[in-house]
Amino acid sequence: MTNNIWEAQLDITPSDHKPVELTLDHCIKCNICVTACPVTAVTDLFPGPKYVGPQAGRFRHQGQPSPDHSVDYCNGCRVCNMVCPTGVKIAEINGRARAHIVQSGQVPLRRKLRNNLIARPELMGKVGQPLAPIANVLLHSGFGRFFAKLLLDIAPNAPLPRFSGERFSRWARKRPDAVRSARKVVYFHGCSTEYFEARVGKAAVQVLEANGFEVIVPPQNCCGLPLLSNGEFAAAQAYHESNIHHLIDYVKQGCVIVGTSTSCTLTLKEEAPEMLAYHTPDAQLLTANTFDIHEFLVHLLDAGELKTDGLKPMPLTLAYHPPCQYRAHRLGRPSTEIMALIPELTIIESQAACCGVGGTYGYKAEKYDITMAVGKSLFDFVQEVNGPIAVCDSETCRWNIAAVTGVPFVHPIELLAAAYGYEPEGPLAEVMK
Amino acid sequence: MRTIQTEVLVIGGGATGTGVIADLALRGFRCALVEKRDLAHGTTGRYHGLLHSGGRYAVKDPKAATECIEENVILRRIMPHCIEDTGGFFVVTPWDDDAFGDRFMQGCRDTAVPCEEISIPHMLREEPHLNPGISRCFRVPDGSADSFLATQSVAALAQAHGAQILHYYEVKQLIRQGDRVVGALCYDLVKDEEVAVHADLVVNAAGAWAGKIAHTAEVEVNVRAGKGTMIAASYRIVNTVVNRCKMPADGDIIVPVHTVSIIGTTDEGVPDPEHFAIEPWEVQLMMQEAAKIVPGWHDLRMLRCWGGVRPLYQETKVADTRDVTRAYTLLDHETRDGVAGFITITGGKWTTYRQMAQVTVDRVCEKLGTARPCTTHETVVPNPFEQGHGRQHHNLGQRLADVEKEEAFGQLICECELATRADVEHAITQGEAKTIDDVRRDVRVGMGPCQGGFCTYRVAAIWHELKKPSIEETNVTLRDFLQERWKGLMPILWGPQLKQERLDELIYLSVLNADHLPGPRASRLGPAMYEPGTVWESDHAHV
Ligand SMILES: Cc1cc2nc3c(=O)[nH]c(=O)nc-3n(C[C@H](O)[C@H](O)[C@H](O)COP(=O)(O)OP(=O)(O)OC[C@H]3O[C@@H](n4cnc5c(N)ncnc54)[C@H](O)[C@@H]3O)c2cc1C
Repeated sequence: MTNNIWEAQLDITPSDHKPVELTLDHCIKCNICVTACPVTAVTDLFPGPKYVGPQAGRFRHQGQPSPDHSVDYCNGCRVCNMVCPTGVKIAEINGRARAHIVQSGQVPLRRKLRNNLIARPELMGKVGQPLAPIANVLLHSGFGRFFAKLLLDIAPNAPLPRFSGERFSRWARKRPDAVRSARKVVYFHGCSTEYFEARVGKAAVQVLEANGFEVIVPPQNCCGLPLLSNGEFAAAQAYHESNIHHLIDYVKQGCVIVGTSTSCTLTLKEEAPEMLAYHTPDAQLLTANTFDIHEFLVHLLDAGELKTDGLKPMPLTLAYHPPCQYRAHRLGRPSTEIMALIPELTIIESQAACCGVGGTYGYKAEKYDITMAVGKSLFDFVQEVNGPIAVCDSETCRWNIAAVTGVPFVHPIELLAAAYGYEPEGPLAEVMK
Repeated sequence: MRTIQTEVLVIGGGATGTGVIADLALRGFRCALVEKRDLAHGTTGRYHGLLHSGGRYAVKDPKAATECIEENVILRRIMPHCIEDTGGFFVVTPWDDDAFGDRFMQGCRDTAVPCEEISIPHMLREEPHLNPGISRCFRVPDGSADSFLATQSVAALAQAHGAQILHYYEVKQLIRQGDRVVGALCYDLVKDEEVAVHADLVVNAAGAWAGKIAHTAEVEVNVRAGKGTMIAASYRIVNTVVNRCKMPADGDIIVPVHTVSIIGTTDEGVPDPEHFAIEPWEVQLMMQEAAKIVPGWHDLRMLRCWGGVRPLYQETKVADTRDVTRAYTLLDHETRDGVAGFITITGGKWTTYRQMAQVTVDRVCEKLGTARPCTTHETVVPNPFEQGHGRQHHNLGQRLADVEKEEAFGQLICECELATRADVEHAITQGEAKTIDDVRRDVRVGMGPCQGGFCTYRVAAIWHELKKPSIEETNVTLRDFLQERWKGLMPILWGPQLKQERLDELIYLSVLNADHLPGPRASRLGPAMYEPGTVWESDHAHV
């Protein structure tokens, strides 16, 4: 039986999952992760992935409060996992160690409040988006930022996004011209598209429809990654379970899940199940059938099913940063492959390991300087390329790099949608004028 | 020849010998101890790490059980820094007899070993990696004990009370005048010279070597060496001591010690306490038995394998049985053999070392015609490495917490065991370290998963800086230690540890060219390697 890429795989063999801590046994102390870690390189506060991961892991005791704090300086970029020659799940060990610190009540109250706020983009979106005009002014005023720092230790210069005028899901629901087709995919928009950058979701829907798919946008929650990175596992698990609940029936009917937020898709695919040790059959089914949008498009391309004719030329030279959370999918560079199809578009890829923001990490006052130091070479690179806009798949990275460099950022899917002839919005519209 | 004069000479720097010297010093005797290597170089430093509750002997050997629980309580009080209060389980696995559980409970009751049965779900909550097929579980006050630190601490206590501790002094021959032992002829391995130590009384606490020592004074003490093999898995898969609930046998205990979990042990008679092999069948048996307790054991990384020798005493003569228990043996050679000035204390457990020392020194008092009460049961033993920190039980997270508190991340010499530069420097300059292996016993360098891969060259560099030996001497110090680590790796080279060794080999042999550096290949302070194991001939070997 040949399986179409857009048909969900239902006959997966459930794999046997060991706790990630057991992988520490494979560490041969080679230090490759330490030399690759972008955080260790810039601060003495973070002793490095080897130290906080497999090494400290041997001293953690399930029944005792975690004696370590340096692990909280890991920004979760997962570069260590990627370079480890023996397969130690370092980032997950760190994430679980941090959760242990949180659970044992070792985080001071103010920080705990802050972390719980910034780790809930869905909540912020639900409250803030309807009040977008006021909320945007307030959050971006010096006054608002001053109080955010004072009350919650939120870095005054951290890149806060702006709420969209309309929620993406509302737009998706109201479309009279939506394509109906036997080929269906489910789109996972994530919080950033839903509340802040509806244009990314629109571009995704346009591209998928241009390729003959009907796009289903079911109700869904935050993927839970920000909570996972802040050690709030119980809340993260509630989100994950709710997402499985919302999505699994579509998968069982044969639809795959496609997302534009690289870290959301990575969370559904890998981070949530591994960090939470949550491996129910449904969770495994979801894992096997979730795709990053460019991963999905590359599969279509390979099958000769991607629309590649009549693409509009785009005479631009743009910097592109493949985010660490994207590389962690271990897929190569699918976005680069797709962007290469667009005539006259020149993409210069960054070699930087990480922009530093690490999701919510860069929003924390005590970590902001580290974020800036980690991202330095990337910021310089973007400024050197000096395009009118730059490209990145991950939202917090886009916001961070844009805030520092002043160069507006777009998601690569927006370029393809524009090349297909759709009217762009936001920074790309300015450039294409 | 150099001579040393003292009142009581103790031979052997294991738990027993250091216990005796501390008790002697506390009772005001002038005394000296000679140890042919570093303290705890013998069985004491190669044991399983279990502070017995007595549970293991509750059915088979009630007297030993009672001794263990008495001492268990005392040791927790006097040397808390050496003990981790892990607690212990006795578990009935599917391979064991359910009914033994009741005999076990009764045995514990009879010997006053505290014991309670807990439910299997409760057990699994505490120790999720245990075999879910376990049918019964009993909790006892077992613990995990650091014999290196304990021996060092007890020796430091003795020194603080005026005792002389002589490391790397090997007894070649007891000095006998007529029917009296009056001292021992020793060889100082470091200075390469002979030294005569004269004493009014000699205490032979040489463990499995006790027979050899006595023999030099033409006194026959039949101590057989019973080898036991143990394997350490690279981390704490359990945090509680887990014993099989059945008659004591091979490979039936897993002890969490510091960062590792140790499965042990076997019991095989060997001709010589110094030269023996670790047999492949022993390694296989340990792996197989451990998996009955922790089903995932085979997937763990084995870190190291080693063997220690029990002193098994067998009386061949009519003994002075007054102080002889089945657990340990005190021989007064004046009454037993007509040779005065000479006592042998042997057998026993690490757990009962203090009691063994007490009865020995009681006898010394008797022999020397004085009555001085023992105080070791109420004298807290300070931690020589950490002034003022000695009053709390050791716990697993302690080192990590210390490093975190001091933010000493950049100062780690042994990254696996979190030994800092300050720790290593202290051991080299303040302690008695003569080799890197001695530094290891003090601060655990080289004892983690990489087995010295990344710390040996660092320690060698610090050693060279601080001690200022010739380059050749430093090179041989480095080589001796690499050889010592290699010794315990050979029996378990598979999986991750094989990868690790390959990396270590590349570091030392290819990058650092360690085996061609100037200087002798090995020194007399280097390790005695294990003998090759018995080779099994496969039926198809010659086809
Ligand atoms: C495999 C195994 C596991 C064990 N596990 C446990 C356990 O978990 N819990 C427990 O309580 N007990 C345990 N025991 C028992 C315990 O380890 C020993 O009873 C105890 O350590 C013996 O101490 P010792 O001082 O009498 O002997 P040793 O520690 O052997 O000391 C004798 C010393 O004499 C020195 N010596 C020898 N010849 C000479 C010489 N010619 N000149 C100078 N010095 C010399 C040796 O170098 C040695 O250091 C175990 C024993 C074995 C074998």
